[in-house]
Amino acid sequence: MIEIKDLHKSYHMGSNSLHVLKGINFSVKEGELVAIMGSSGSGKSTLLNILGMLDNLDEGEYLLDGVTIKNLNETKAANYRNKFLGFIFQSFNLINYKSAWENVALPLYYQGVNRKLRKERAIKHLESVGLGPWVDHLPSELSGGQKQRVAIARALAAEPKVMLADEPTGALDSKTSHEVMDLIQKINDEGKTILVVTHEDDIAHMCKRIVHLKDGVIVEDKVVDQVRVTPYVQ
Amino acid sequence: MGIFDRDLWSEVFSTLTKNMLRTFLTTLGVIFAIVILILLLGGTNGMSNGFNRIFAGTATNSMFMWTQTTSMAYKGFERGRPIDFTLEDVDLIKQQVSEVDIIAPRIQLGDFGGTATVIRNGRTSGSGVYGDYPSIDLVSKKRIVEGRFINQNDIEDSKKVCVIGVDAYKLLFDKGENAIGKSIKINGIYFSVVGIYKKNDNINFEGENAIFVPFTTFQNAFNSGNKIGWMAILVDPDKEVAVAEKKIKTLLKRKYNIHPDDIRAIGSFDFSEIFKGISAFTLVLQGFSFFVGTFTLLAGVIAVSNILLITVKERTNEIGVRRALGATPKIIKRQIILESIVLTTFAGLIGFVISVAALHFLDYKFGHTDEYPFVNPTVSIPQILFSFILMIGLSVLIGLIPANRAVKIKPIEALREE
Repeated sequence: MIEIKDLHKSYHMGSNSLHVLKGINFSVKEGELVAIMGSSGSGKSTLLNILGMLDNLDEGEYLLDGVTIKNLNETKAANYRNKFLGFIFQSFNLINYKSAWENVALPLYYQGVNRKLRKERAIKHLESVGLGPWVDHLPSELSGGQKQRVAIARALAAEPKVMLADEPTGALDSKTSHEVMDLIQKINDEGKTILVVTHEDDIAHMCKRIVHLKDGVIVEDKVVDQVRVTPYVQ
Repeated sequence: MGIFDRDLWSEVFSTLTKNMLRTFLTTLGVIFAIVILILLLGGTNGMSNGFNRIFAGTATNSMFMWTQTTSMAYKGFERGRPIDFTLEDVDLIKQQVSEVDIIAPRIQLGDFGGTATVIRNGRTSGSGVYGDYPSIDLVSKKRIVEGRFINQNDIEDSKKVCVIGVDAYKLLFDKGENAIGKSIKINGIYFSVVGIYKKNDNINFEGENAIFVPFTTFQNAFNSGNKIGWMAILVDPDKEVAVAEKKIKTLLKRKYNIHPDDIRAIGSFDFSEIFKGISAFTLVLQGFSFFVGTFTLLAGVIAVSNILLITVKERTNEIGVRRALGATPKIIKRQIILESIVLTTFAGLIGFVISVAALHFLDYKFGHTDEYPFVNPTVSIPQILFSFILMIGLSVLIGLIPANRAVKIKPIEALREE
């Protein structure tokens, strides 16, 4: 699903140049649940940005579902993001004046789906993350865990090939973190490819494979026994 | 995702209504600009209409011509020789000068501006007495308050009838007395009154203490022969009055052996010059209104742009999220420009309502009296359309500034901001 060969990326700030990614080789097959770990400055966010087409790579190759991703203009990048990728952010990034279903329907809006169909599909996704009764609520009326579930529903809405989660539990307490990871595992069980960036060990071990980044290179790439989240009594 | 998409508009309105006070204050500049623009244009129109009322009834493409005395010796004639036009001159001009439409010759008693003694039942008035053709009414219209003006029958039959001004009426009749059909005595000859006129707010030579009698009657009654005092000349609307004036003068100077450079021998007054001056004045005023209005509007729209720049900054994160979710630069741009248009148009409509109300008030206050040259101060549909197109055009142009700023937001930078 994802194929990365010899990826390099540096940032230039004035006369200084910062080589962030120094030759990453990495591939993800369909249905994998991969944790990308590393301390801050290891380059994991940069890698995620490049995977998410939010940033351009300097050198190397990036294939997503067989499509070469390189030198995209803004419009094309936006269309690819919309079609291929679902984003989950640490700080949820919901639009605060839109109700839960309108937030979920946003990627569909950019696909040109009509309002009625958008609402139908958004509600279906909200129900699948257990937020059926909350479709008309504003983000400010939801708890942190609920917000992240809305964000996950939004990432699912456009039926993407890959979901990219950037510290999805970073802003949550451990109980809600586990709820969110439970949801991510269930979505993965249905066959969705998911990449999770995290610096928490226990979260990483809830994935099926852990990739360790340090100073811009992959230092470890191992398959782990997935720790299933203990279901909480709701 | 068309322009009529409900979500597009709901997004525009939700961002604009988020901070109502700020939105309103932002629009004030545009509101004032439109008020100023419409008021200036309406005021100019009101003035222009006012001037038109003053000149109502006076043909704009007309002139008057009369004789004076020569000021240069020529062909053996001494200077200071008096010249008199005759009815033959009228025919000559009609034949030779194609620019002329109508000539209304006139003869008066005494010298120009002189008066004759008019007597009725022991009352007297010193009124100007003129012998006229009905066509004079085409050049300088009178408002008939009672009866009628001189007509062709009066001319043909040399009827002893007259039309008197309201001032002459006041001098000769009791208040409320019926004058039509009554006789008055002018220089010993009786004339029967057929009409009373009032001056028409316009340029007026005769005043209201004057008496008009048919030209032919005048000739018979006062033995004036073929002599005429002056001519009111109506020129073809497509032709220049000045050109006709020059041709006529050349023609008559040759006929009367006047030195070609003698400017005193024949007097004339070109009305079109005054009208040209006044229409140039209102045109300049209109141009000035648009100039002031446009720049005030520009300032107002820049204020809108400024506030949109601020909202773009506030919404950096939101725009970043939208970009990450698949919003293309075009979609983001369109939304910001729509916000600019909506704000400006909304303000423009408010300004328009205020200014139209103000114009109505001005009209009510000043538009219905004869004291001010100010009538019906309204703006025309093309002026309104022009103002709105100008406003929307400016809002789109200026809206591009925040729109481009919004497009420059990189999703990663926007999302990093925590």
